[in-house]
Amino acid sequence: MKSLGTTGLILNEKLIFEHSDPGRKGYSLPALDVPEAPLSAELARNEVPGFPELSEVDVVRHFTRLSTWNYGVDSGLYPLGSCTMKYNPKVNEVAARLQGLAGAHPYAPEHLAQGALALMYHLQQALAEISGFSAVTLQPAAGAHGELTGMLVIRACLEARGDSRKKVIIPDTAHGTNPATAALCGYEVVPVASDGILSAAAVAAVMDGEVAALMITNPNTLGLFESEITEICNVVHAKGGLVYCDGANLNALLGIARPGDMGIDVMHFNLHKTFATPHGGGGPGAGPVGVTEELAPFLPVPLVVKDGEVFRLDYDRPHSVGRVKAFYGNFGILVRAWAYIRSMGPQGLRHATEMAVLNANYIRARLEGTYHLPHRRRSMHEVVFSDRDLGGDCHTLDVAKRLIDYGYHPPTIYFPLVVKGAIMIEPTETECVEVLDEFCDAMLAIAKETQENPDLLHQAPLKTRTRRFDETAAARNPRLKWEG
Amino acid sequence: MRYIPHTEEDIRQMLETVGVGSVEALFEGVPAAVRLNRPLALPAPAAESELLRELGRLAARNATAASHLSFLGGGAYNHFIPAVVDQLISRSEFYTAYTPYQPEISQGTLQAIFEYQTLICQLTGMDAANASMYDGASSCAEGVLMAVRATRRRKVLLSRALHPEYRATVATYCRYLELEMIEIPFDAAGRTEPGELERLLDKETAAVVAGYPNFFGVIEDLAAISAAAHDCGAYLVAAVQEPIALGLLKSPGELGADIVAGEGQSFGIPLSYGGPYLGFFAARKKDLRSMPGRLVGETVDSEGRRGFVLTLATREQHIRREKATSNICSNEGLCALMATIYLSLLGKQGIREVAKQNLAKAEYAKQKIAALPGFSLPFAGPTFNEFVVEAQEGADVVLGRLEAAGILGGIALDRWYGGMPGRFLVCVTEQNSREEIDTLVAALAGGGR
Ligand SMILES: Cc1ncc(COP(=O)(O)O)c(C=O)c1O
Repeated sequence: MKSLGTTGLILNEKLIFEHSDPGRKGYSLPALDVPEAPLSAELARNEVPGFPELSEVDVVRHFTRLSTWNYGVDSGLYPLGSCTMKYNPKVNEVAARLQGLAGAHPYAPEHLAQGALALMYHLQQALAEISGFSAVTLQPAAGAHGELTGMLVIRACLEARGDSRKKVIIPDTAHGTNPATAALCGYEVVPVASDGILSAAAVAAVMDGEVAALMITNPNTLGLFESEITEICNVVHAKGGLVYCDGANLNALLGIARPGDMGIDVMHFNLHKTFATPHGGGGPGAGPVGVTEELAPFLPVPLVVKDGEVFRLDYDRPHSVGRVKAFYGNFGILVRAWAYIRSMGPQGLRHATEMAVLNANYIRARLEGTYHLPHRRRSMHEVVFSDRDLGGDCHTLDVAKRLIDYGYHPPTIYFPLVVKGAIMIEPTETECVEVLDEFCDAMLAIAKETQENPDLLHQAPLKTRTRRFDETAAARNPRLKWEG
Repeated sequence: MRYIPHTEEDIRQMLETVGVGSVEALFEGVPAAVRLNRPLALPAPAAESELLRELGRLAARNATAASHLSFLGGGAYNHFIPAVVDQLISRSEFYTAYTPYQPEISQGTLQAIFEYQTLICQLTGMDAANASMYDGASSCAEGVLMAVRATRRRKVLLSRALHPEYRATVATYCRYLELEMIEIPFDAAGRTEPGELERLLDKETAAVVAGYPNFFGVIEDLAAISAAAHDCGAYLVAAVQEPIALGLLKSPGELGADIVAGEGQSFGIPLSYGGPYLGFFAARKKDLRSMPGRLVGETVDSEGRRGFVLTLATREQHIRREKATSNICSNEGLCALMATIYLSLLGKQGIREVAKQNLAKAEYAKQKIAALPGFSLPFAGPTFNEFVVEAQEGADVVLGRLEAAGILGGIALDRWYGGMPGRFLVCVTEQNSREEIDTLVAALAGGGR
């Protein structure tokens, strides 16, 4: 008999389909209390071929075992730069599951959804205050969805001015979603090189009457504050363009500075980063968008408004770009973000930013000199190193995989693209100094291993359930579903 | 500050290591001119107990199926969610993880997505499914964009019987792409009108988009629509807003759909006032490389063991940037997990049985309502678990009267379809007992003579 165990309690687990046994049942339904209704043979199928048959306990064990193969923030430090994996407060989970919130139907009459609408209204107001914008839509479902919304709003505004421009300027440090978004809106992308931070002069050199917008990330993906931001906005505005800010890194600015005060016209929030909502193995998130007064008429319908003491959904917005999804936004995520903002209060949000920046700078101080630091300006909430000075033909990927053996989720690697072999570390404010020290000790030990035992790194990870995967084979001969 | 661990002493020591004199000095890169020189104007922090009381008060101001008898559908459905679903997705190894970029420590998420892709393919009758889109409406929009990429044509036909918010979302996504968008009317059956479809279809058409079932709950003749579309070389995008129907109906793949874009909320995901929901998306093998979003593929590790990785990433935004198949990065991973767990529990028999119950209960309600004086069913086509009712006295009057009796009786259609003041959409699921349906019918009968 084959044993289930491989290494102690690292259990093997088949695919759910391979557990199936005809006749097993994992559900219960009330007895049908009305006559059965026939469906014509023309419309009906006989069965869903391939669907599994399992008991409840089979399903519970299967997914419980799968969960043990994952690393989450609750397992330990998750220093993924740009992704901002901070601790997810448990009370937020309880909040989102309150029957009156989780059970509310989106087409319930507005006067029977006042609690949901009030929460959304207050969140809109809070985000506007935090960012310095006039109006906020909560509809977008993720950061990149917010980018799409924001860029559509920009285009609608320019067209309303009778100005149809064709190009968007994007710095080389930008996240991949920025150029993809610009293309989705029918724009041609004009890249601009930055030297760590973007200079107003570099923008001026490519800015002309054909440019609709500049998309900038601030702090940028090198973890640096764009210190020429005001001048850059002036350059773009002077030629009739607008400035979009990718707000994925807003957690570095809470209570410190507001994008709306810098001359920026539109920005998206990543609620799942800045406001501590869990990322769920890929989402869901939420990507609200804030805009200046001039752009507010173009936001998606509906917005939540307050009439006296009554909250309602405002669809009467003739200049709106329309909608970017059904209903009103990822409400369950909005609840979590609101719960976080209410728990922290104004001082708490600022303190979170300060400690996030302190933690990033602490890691920088401990690793600088061992790991190459391509940019010397003061770091904000994250710090980017490169693999330039490592020994033994070891690269960023090897360091990342070896970190797993030391018990850590690796940082973001090979991004931003402007740093060769980038290692982007974002500890976030929820890590204590002891954790940071242990992590830095591991990073330093690995650097030493690159000199003394590079093979160990090339082989890593050694202690996981599975070893490095053949990703080339996966792409060459794609197997995207189980075929029995 | 219970989410932040730093003590005063920690901060002092850390500043010393960093080599700055104060926390303030860490922000030297932020010019004084853009600093905020006041505290944020937000309410003072709430303790955990205060927060829960506050949110409890808000929650109490919303109607739900616990406070009212609910017959609301229209793209968001009140189906039973087995306790197992929430228990399992609440394992923090699932919900506090990120996108599985490091496969050796993300096999849980990756294998679950692979299983999800398989289940969606089986249900839709398609070759490949992604994981995942934001919701049914945006998935439908991505379906149109993909059809445009694949056919290199610029005309899109949308059924007027497709969910109005899906149509609106498609229109927004396509706003600046110089596409021609035309709506196809519906007929007396509540189905996309075949004659108008034939008339509008031509060699310029990239896609025909139809609901299955459509917004009126009516089951479209998908085979006929697909044949007409294919005659002109156009793609059929089938939009499924109520996927429980697929437990009983022929799969869109079998009927010729090229792309199936749908909403997965029915599969164990709470109503949650409209989100987060789950967009699903499935296509044919030949179109794999123009599919948007994330795909998980099977492979082996260096010791030959089976495992799963994110694959075909060269189509995606972090590599192809402005040429990417979509700009999607974060998606609805945890919702896809909910659907995987839900469908695993239901399995082959359960998905069929729950679909049968939805059909039977809706038919029961439909016949009872049709027999009432002053009420009729305007559309003749077969329906699944929702249907349109026409009330002589006007939908708003009827729905208001029901509400006074504690019943959320349906959704008035006039807001989307001008000139339909009497019509409303009623949805009946396995959650509505015969007694509840009888109460609805009695309340409808009780007034307005
Ligand atoms: C800098 C930056 N911009 C945009 C995004 C996109 O946000 P989302 O993943 O929520 O779509 C991300 C996150 O991945 C990011 O790090």
